Amino acid sequence: MFCLIGAESAIFVIFVVAYLFYVGKSPSGPTPAILHAPIFFSICLLSSSWTIHRAVLALKRGEVGSFAGFWLATLVLGALFLAGTGLEWRHLIVDEGLTIRTNLFGTTYYSLVGLHAFHVTAGLLALATVSLFAFFGHVKKEHAASVDVVSLYWHFVDVVWVAVFLVVYVVGR
Amino acid sequence: MSTTDTLSWPSPRVTSRPLLDRLHEWVTTVDHKRIGSLYIVYALIFLGVGGVEASLMRIQLSRPLNDFVSPQTFNRLFTMHGTTMIFFVAMPIMFGFTNYLVPLMIGARDMAFPRLNAFSFWLTACGGLLLHYSLVGGYGLYGAGTAPDVGWWAYAPLTAKTFSPGHSTDYWTLSVLVSGFGSIGTAVNLIATIISLRCPGMTLAKMPLLAWLGLTMASLVILAIGPLTAAQIMLLVDRYLGGHFFDTQAGGSAVIWMHFFWVFGHPEVYVLVLPAYAFISEIVPVFSRKAIFGYPVMVAATLAIGFISCSVWAHHMFSVGMSAGSNVFFTITTMAIAVPTGIKIFNWLATIWGGKIYFKAPMLFAIGFLFQFLIAGLTGVMLASAALTWQLAGSYFVVAHFHYVIVGGILFAVFAAFYYWFPKATGRMYSETLAKWHFWLFVVGFHLTFDFMHVPGLLGMPRRIYTYEPGRGWAVWNVIVSIGALFQAAAILVFVVNLVRSYLRGRSAGSDPWDAWTLEWSTTSPPPEYNFASIPLVKSRRPLWDLKHPEDPDWKYE
Repeated sequence: MFCLIGAESAIFVIFVVAYLFYVGKSPSGPTPAILHAPIFFSICLLSSSWTIHRAVLALKRGEVGSFAGFWLATLVLGALFLAGTGLEWRHLIVDEGLTIRTNLFGTTYYSLVGLHAFHVTAGLLALATVSLFAFFGHVKKEHAASVDVVSLYWHFVDVVWVAVFLVVYVVGR
Repeated sequence: MSTTDTLSWPSPRVTSRPLLDRLHEWVTTVDHKRIGSLYIVYALIFLGVGGVEASLMRIQLSRPLNDFVSPQTFNRLFTMHGTTMIFFVAMPIMFGFTNYLVPLMIGARDMAFPRLNAFSFWLTACGGLLLHYSLVGGYGLYGAGTAPDVGWWAYAPLTAKTFSPGHSTDYWTLSVLVSGFGSIGTAVNLIATIISLRCPGMTLAKMPLLAWLGLTMASLVILAIGPLTAAQIMLLVDRYLGGHFFDTQAGGSAVIWMHFFWVFGHPEVYVLVLPAYAFISEIVPVFSRKAIFGYPVMVAATLAIGFISCSVWAHHMFSVGMSAGSNVFFTITTMAIAVPTGIKIFNWLATIWGGKIYFKAPMLFAIGFLFQFLIAGLTGVMLASAALTWQLAGSYFVVAHFHYVIVGGILFAVFAAFYYWFPKATGRMYSETLAKWHFWLFVVGFHLTFDFMHVPGLLGMPRRIYTYEPGRGWAVWNVIVSIGALFQAAAILVFVVNLVRSYLRGRSAGSDPWDAWTLEWSTTSPPPEYNFASIPLVKSRRPLWDLKHPEDPDWKYE
């Protein structure tokens, strides 16, 4: 999983470089000034790292019930974040008229944030799969190592969001 | 060199089950040896395809104002030749060998993730098929085909929808993207295997060099394929969602595509050449009857090459018009990478020095590698200088240089590896006579083609032109180059005949025909599905030497 994270990081680095390289180079159309930092949804995503950590800790101690609770909380927080991205995009498309083909800013913004949202979606699918297994009582203490791998991926998705957030909503504006 | 055991091993083909059953077994296999073989056979088929594409180009260029193929077809030929040879020949063949050898050499029973291994292979395989489907698919049936024609590095804006309508570029993008995912999967698998599955006693410092080079190669794949994947996704966004990444009219940049491509492209060269070093590092000691010279330095040089290779990419772009600072930086890093490479060459020479040399086919190819790779490296140092590149960029000199690396270096090492491990993989000995014919034909062909290809480059012949005017002084050189291609084709034919004939009717090889020292020679040929009946315990870098010479084992000195 660490290797996969390495490879994924390389992909993100290229998208971040492209975003930074093109900041302010759009000849026309909306600029990053129209963005509003999604503070609440970012807090949701970042705190989901804590809940998944607690979930794995609980499973390592064999507390299956507590694991399921924290795991579901992670799932809900992740889904909230994804909904937040959706709302933000809806606002940008409908109110500001910014789409991926409007200008260079739109292209780089939607592809960077979209790439991250895609990874959140993949993570949510993994979380949901584990939840299903947990629901039918198939997740036990001996699965802690496997579940830990999923949590590693989720932490990675969170860390990437910190980078994307800084680039898009702090530095890029 | 005599075999150390006189037992005869059972034939690998005692079974006579229906063909369909056996095919099904191959398709669903998760055994690392079978997947390795699949990779290698698949790469050999595409080597034939890429070779035919190259031969067609050589026929076209053999005389001035030739009209053997149309300019459009010529563009497709060099695009397909480059893409095929890099992504669907060189990479799979290296993955095939590392897949086959690494678990055997580190005393493991399989790769860490066998199913991921099979998945990665089939991704790569489908990528290659998808690329070549473009010859007949889509609009291809109506005419000459819609194979991609944008060059293997697909510079913007050639790839924009305006300049590349239809789906030819998409075939290129998607096939490279898909095989890239396969490569990442294999790299993850290799690293996990080498880190976690080494047999007891095999510390990192006691691993065979092949495992070290495999580890570095896989790390480079992890670092390098990501940027390529990202760039391909951006290209797809541009082509299908109306994005502007590489659209200069909307503020996008064509140069950034070059950066993204070469951030992948140059580490990729080392992804291909590190396994070649690995083969040479295993073969040279065995056929010189000496332990490798300077093992720790070899490992350090490997890591140094891996590290520096990530900071040299823009030497492919000196003629683009970068800043003076960038030119100087990339000139220096590119020259710096010659240092660890030179260390390796000296260490191989020092291994041969004073050894008892056996000139069998693997050693012949290894020596060919040493000489030719040295020359390739020297023209590389020439081209590392930004000033000289301004003169030579985009000329046949560059084409000659990188073919010297890939054919004279990498392909020779691959042939050496084929002959060295063929007895292990099949249980049969190849024909030494045919192997020598292969070697000499290929050496002659290689030097005719690629030595003389430097000359028209120096005379100013640009690459990727489909024909040229008479009276420029290029014609005679091009004839020689094309004649060389003929010799190479003949050599490959001998090679394939040798492989097939020896596989069917070669004499039994025994488990250790070379009296070698690494773990793969301690099991039967071909190895059983579980590799080792009991997991070996090693104490030195040459475990089989210790077994064969209990009175003077290596571990006393390491």
